[in-house]
Amino acid sequence: MTHSMMEERTEAEQRLKERYAKIEMRQQVWMFTFTILLTLFSFGTVIAYQQEIEGFSRYFVLPVIFLLGAVQVGVQLYYFMHLKEKGHGIPQYFLYMGMIFGALLPLAMLTIVWW
Amino acid sequence: MSTVAKTGFEKKGFGATLWDWMTTVDHKKIGIMYLLGGGFFFILGGIEALFIRWQLLKPQNDFVTAGTFNDLLTMHGTTMIFLAAMPMLFGFMNAIVPLQIGARDVAFPFLNSLGFWLFMLGGLFLNASWLFGQVPDAGWTSYASLSLASDGHGIDFYAIGLQIAGAGTLMAGINFLVTIINMRAPGMTYMRMPLFTWTTFIASAMILFAFPPLTVGLFFLTFDRMFGGAFFDPALGGNTIIWEHIFWIFGHPEVYILILPAFGIFSEIFATFSRKRLFGYASMVFATVLIGFLGFMVWAHHMFTVGLGPTANAIFAVATMAIAVPTGVKIFNWLLTIWGGSIKVTTPMLYALGFIPSFVMGGVTGVMQGSAPLDYQLHDSYFIVAHFHYVIVGGVVLGILAGTHYWWPKMFGTMLSETLGKITFFFFFVGFHMTFFIQHWLGFWGMPRRVWTYMDGQGWNVANAISTVGAISMGIGILVLIINAIMTTVKNEPVANDAWEDGRTLEWALPSPPPFYNFPQTPLVRGLDTVWIEKQEGNEKMYTPAEPLKDIHMPNGSILPFVMTLGLVIAGFGAMFRLEHTWGLPVLIGGIALVFLAMALRSVRDDHGFYVPKHLIAEDQQKYEEGGHR
Amino acid sequence: METNERFTKETWPAHPETATLEGKNKFLGFWLFLGGETILFATLFGTYLALRNSGPSGYEFTTQNLFDLKLVFAMTLLLLTSSLTSVYAIYHLRNYNFRGVQFWMAMTALLGTGFLMFELYEFVHYVKLGFTFGSSAFSSAFFTLVGTHGLHVAVGLVWVTLLILRNAKRGLNLYNAPKYYTFSLYWHFIDVVWVFIFTVVYLMGVIS
Repeated sequence: MTHSMMEERTEAEQRLKERYAKIEMRQQVWMFTFTILLTLFSFGTVIAYQQEIEGFSRYFVLPVIFLLGAVQVGVQLYYFMHLKEKGHGIPQYFLYMGMIFGALLPLAMLTIVWW
Repeated sequence: MSTVAKTGFEKKGFGATLWDWMTTVDHKKIGIMYLLGGGFFFILGGIEALFIRWQLLKPQNDFVTAGTFNDLLTMHGTTMIFLAAMPMLFGFMNAIVPLQIGARDVAFPFLNSLGFWLFMLGGLFLNASWLFGQVPDAGWTSYASLSLASDGHGIDFYAIGLQIAGAGTLMAGINFLVTIINMRAPGMTYMRMPLFTWTTFIASAMILFAFPPLTVGLFFLTFDRMFGGAFFDPALGGNTIIWEHIFWIFGHPEVYILILPAFGIFSEIFATFSRKRLFGYASMVFATVLIGFLGFMVWAHHMFTVGLGPTANAIFAVATMAIAVPTGVKIFNWLLTIWGGSIKVTTPMLYALGFIPSFVMGGVTGVMQGSAPLDYQLHDSYFIVAHFHYVIVGGVVLGILAGTHYWWPKMFGTMLSETLGKITFFFFFVGFHMTFFIQHWLGFWGMPRRVWTYMDGQGWNVANAISTVGAISMGIGILVLIINAIMTTVKNEPVANDAWEDGRTLEWALPSPPPFYNFPQTPLVRGLDTVWIEKQEGNEKMYTPAEPLKDIHMPNGSILPFVMTLGLVIAGFGAMFRLEHTWGLPVLIGGIALVFLAMALRSVRDDHGFYVPKHLIAEDQQKYEEGGHR
Repeated sequence: METNERFTKETWPAHPETATLEGKNKFLGFWLFLGGETILFATLFGTYLALRNSGPSGYEFTTQNLFDLKLVFAMTLLLLTSSLTSVYAIYHLRNYNFRGVQFWMAMTALLGTGFLMFELYEFVHYVKLGFTFGSSAFSSAFFTLVGTHGLHVAVGLVWVTLLILRNAKRGLNLYNAPKYYTFSLYWHFIDVVWVFIFTVVYLMGVIS
């Protein structure tokens, strides 16, 4: 039949793996905290606009929330979805292609659709 | 599950055979079903075309009514593109690509079957509209204002039927991508893949990106017509131009999805029958990728006259002309392939040779239309009809006919008659040019498209008559092809592995047809055109194994794909008749429930496939060598 | 068969989700599917951007007066946290801790259900106000965009529930590891789309 692919890690290797896994998990929690902060900032900026606080015009707020959103998407993709790990070249490629082609329609809708 | 060896050679009764084909997940069988299903719809679409041409034979003809004419032209276009051309190309991709890369099957055999049934039943659903007498009549493009106003359920058949069939296409696209990326035999780097595999790869990537907008657009149309939506209703703030953008963002890549596999087929044929490797392999690959990418950047050239403004029109015009460049690169590479080669004019080669001038003619009229000011004159005239038929018939259909002859021995184990094949080519090719060449002039003379008749005394009569005669000639050619297929199947004369004796790629190393597990041992790919290399070195087996003989893991068949699709079709009927009949909503919900039930069953039941023991494979190989497999 | 072999912490592969050919295929196939879903949602976003605030003349609903940012913030926190819990589940998947996987996936489902409850409440509230699906192009586009996302959440909840229940007696093996991983990719993607939704629909809506 098929032969087993099992490789047994030594005790030292196992402990190392578990340590790295814990470190990585901690990194993920920090990234999560970061995304919460980004979300808070986004909403906060918009609330400031609503309260008509000085300096928070729509020309400031709109780019800021988009930037914060883009950063958050990047964090989620690269950390939560492991896009930065080895073996993710092709997924990255197709995702970016999807984003480029996907940007075409909203762009068209915003620029050349009127009535 | 079962480890019972299935050598595939037991005799089966009719019921067992039917069950086998309905539950198969074997890419070779699914390929045959795609080819036959697509062939059936091709004939349907051809009959619709013949009716169109008969109605236009003379001015003020009354062969069909205006309404029926609209039905005919809508169904002709929709059927030919979605239910004939795409499925037949999928048939070849399915049957051949895994063989070309040395794989045992595609990455997701179950999804493969599901994709096929979605096409088949979706297509039957769409054509059921004829039986109800309520046929889609707003053109294959179904522009929102016209299609929303269309009476009866015609457009509903269109929206739901295409939605179902389109889901299948998307699945097939992802399947081929993963297969080609993950399952190539050792030694087959990307730059050693045959061109047909490359074009399948790029076309599948285009499918992945082009079909979601169609899905969304069809849902919008469905919502507006059947569920009270307001996307396209100006009174409620809607906008019909949105439909056009969404449709053409799908629609333009779609035609490149159609042509790229045909380009791949011709690349194989030119190299094989010139006994010479394809010229400029790397530039062919690069040109294919560029066409795939640029194909997404030009959609608004179908909307020059909508009023997008001169800047937008200019941008899209320039992008449109840019696509001609990689296409031209390919044409020159094909010509340089046959230059200096030892040419053998078989039927597939005839089609390939006929394709070059025909497609170039279609291509140059396309560049003409890419100039926005000229398009203002040509839009919605017969010039456009001439252009797209030149590229689709002269490119895709000739490619499908060529592929049918070229890969018939590999798929069916027999060889189509060369004589009848050449007769088909003659009638079809001459008829094709007769029908569409004159239509360029009809366009210049002002005849609009999609008109059910025309007045006498405009100077259009003779041209239309010639056009109709050409259509009849094409019909005769296809009839001869059908006779050819039937006679060949009845005669059932077996052919060798390398049926054309000049095979260069891995599929020709296998028996015709291959055993259900494809290669007994995964091959080691020694370079581009690996079978050619092996033959030059005198290797009779035509490939080098990369692994020792061992048990082969194969997937089990399943009836669930058929059941899932049935559920969707049932739901489609429910959605359509929801507003008139009380049974509509329960049928809709019931259909969807059936789908989810089948999905749950699939997920929850363990299915690990089965193993073919190696001693049976060894016996098999023995039988092949002794020639006892018929 | 490899997929049913008994493993220990020391023999469990570092990346169980791609340790078999089937796993590799599912991994790649699903990322490709997500690439396609990107375009699907982009089309829905494009349509929404074209049609927002478009209704029959005298239409009383606009993006400014309709949306409640507090509710959206609560929903965002729920969905974001559910993303973290699914990351925990995958951490346990890679470290051969089946109970960890089951527990954190169940937490993900719980938080996701909370999100969906809030969203249903939001939709019912709008319908009561008269902002129904067919009342304007704006409402059709809004409900289709946000509703499609919600539908994806609902499908995900059914999926993860089935996974948890079906595998309860099985433990981890190389057959179900890719299944859990694929689900977590799907779930994260839903969260990514939600970032776009709350930015483009709700935050932008309150501004212009």
